[in-house]
Amino acid sequence: MAKRGVVDYIRETQVWKSIFRHGPPTNARNRAAVVAGNVFLHLHPIKLKKSGVQLGYTWCMGGLTFFIFLALTVTGVLLMFYYRPTAEYAYNDIIALKEHVPLGIMREIHRWGAHAMVITVWLHMFRVFMTGSYKPPREFNWGVGVILLVLTLLLSFTGYLLPWDQLAIWAIAVGSNMAKATPFLGHGGPGAALAQIGDFVMVSDKNDVRFQLLAGRFVGEPALLRFYILHCVFIPLVVGVLIAVHFWRVRKDGGISAPL
Amino acid sequence: MKELINWLADPIRSFPITTVLFFFMMKYYRVVGSKKFAKWALIAAAPITVWFCMDANFRAIILWPDNIPINIIIVLIAWLTWYALYRAAENDKRIENGECPIEALPENREKVWVWPNLVFTELMCMIGTTIFLVVWAIIFKAPLEEPANTTWAPNPAKAPWYFLGLQEMLVYFDPWMAGVVLPGLILVGLIAIPYIDTNPKGNGYFTIKERPIAMWGFLYGWIVLWMYLIIVGTFLRGPNWTFYGPFEFWDFHKVVSEYNVNLSEFVWLKWLNTPMPSNIVVREIVGIILTLVYCCVLPVAIAKSKYGKKIIENTGQIRYYIFIILVLGMTSLPIKMVLRWLFSLKYIIALPEWELNL
Repeated sequence: MAKRGVVDYIRETQVWKSIFRHGPPTNARNRAAVVAGNVFLHLHPIKLKKSGVQLGYTWCMGGLTFFIFLALTVTGVLLMFYYRPTAEYAYNDIIALKEHVPLGIMREIHRWGAHAMVITVWLHMFRVFMTGSYKPPREFNWGVGVILLVLTLLLSFTGYLLPWDQLAIWAIAVGSNMAKATPFLGHGGPGAALAQIGDFVMVSDKNDVRFQLLAGRFVGEPALLRFYILHCVFIPLVVGVLIAVHFWRVRKDGGISAPL
Repeated sequence: MKELINWLADPIRSFPITTVLFFFMMKYYRVVGSKKFAKWALIAAAPITVWFCMDANFRAIILWPDNIPINIIIVLIAWLTWYALYRAAENDKRIENGECPIEALPENREKVWVWPNLVFTELMCMIGTTIFLVVWAIIFKAPLEEPANTTWAPNPAKAPWYFLGLQEMLVYFDPWMAGVVLPGLILVGLIAIPYIDTNPKGNGYFTIKERPIAMWGFLYGWIVLWMYLIIVGTFLRGPNWTFYGPFEFWDFHKVVSEYNVNLSEFVWLKWLNTPMPSNIVVREIVGIILTLVYCCVLPVAIAKSKYGKKIIENTGQIRYYIFIILVLGMTSLPIKMVLRWLFSLKYIIALPEWELNL
């Protein structure tokens, strides 16, 4: 009888077997079992066409977008330990983060990661277009992808306000001033003047889309709280759901695109 | 030399130059998409880049921490556009010879195990990205400016770089167009692409020959109307949103006298030499007619042309009209840019009374 090593011993314990229901992925059956039985891998099919594995075809941009999203979630949660979204504390908390937290590059990773995610989303869409991968049966998933693009930009945009420095409030001021000009819904936009009955103005600076976005007429403390909630809770939730739909549809629409 | 580059970089000149270069890139994509071209482009670009970087004003712009991502995306887009053209050129040559695209070769259609083939690639990409992000975070500190001060606005007040294409459009359009309608059209247009483009060819492989309209249209919007305007907005716009060349110092006192005239002022004051009519619809009648011609008559006229008939034959009436309206929305930007430069024309329809300027 062959001598059994420590590794083999561990692999036969009840604990190991309860976590991993398969052996090492050395033969065909176990490779399939690893992918099918692992929560992190089960989004993949067990086998796929060779063209879909090649980096030259996929550029790996979709996968990297998801990975960066996860990295941003983790660093973002870590930042929440140090940050209070009020006009009184926000700026000082960022200073404290820089000066008192050992090895504090979470904010850097979070900020540059946000830029990197915009880049990878754009390049992912670029690749999908160049290979015609939005064509049937993937039309719907392309649409989901466009919504995810918008949400990525909105995540970046809402995050911009949180440091509460000059760059933050004036970038948001520029952005939200455009919302003011929304046709019919912003008080500075075309059509707003039509929504008036006698002296009663229906669209004013106290109730238009910019007011709803900023929770006020100017960039101030209510806007900070609103952007904080949008940035940390609301948009990530929606993005999470849509990513699930996006990935699920990739599998259901015949896996990653390839020539028909 | 630097003076010349500053002069050439002004959108008035660099936008047509970019458009012409784009035209040549697409027309001769087989030459551009060759390894030889890439080699010579790299050899030519390296010393030019070094020479650019020796200038203090240029360095100040590109090394500003928040501009680093845009440097990265410019390099990536240049490389990936070349690479996509290279793959498309390869495939198109094969298709002309009656062969299948490389992606459809039997050895590429063969199925392989996800573990370890794909899982390994993904792991390597994830590790590479992690290292890249950590190094980036160590080298460049996240910027933090003065505490928020609502009584003092910085000049220029710039949005994050990925919105600067839109901010650049504010020069040529009213905020409701530049900030709401056109971005909305871009998104609706993107979502509509798979429902308009019914060409069954080019699904799952790189090609230009088999889907020329889609490629030319998308790449023009993506490279010339989106990336180019972001680059102008990021690197070449300074205080008061005034244009500064890449080697120019951001002098806050640079004053550019600019007087832009609305179409109605041209019509009544200059050509007819009469005071502006008091009725605002009469006042703007020429602009309104021109806009109606652009939005309503032009699509019908194009439908009667040779190209229009061909598109309708392939896709049907409804798809054609949605397509043409989206294309006209897209081309309204270069049209307004050119009108501004040539005639200092500000608005085609100027109805500040209704907050409606086009």
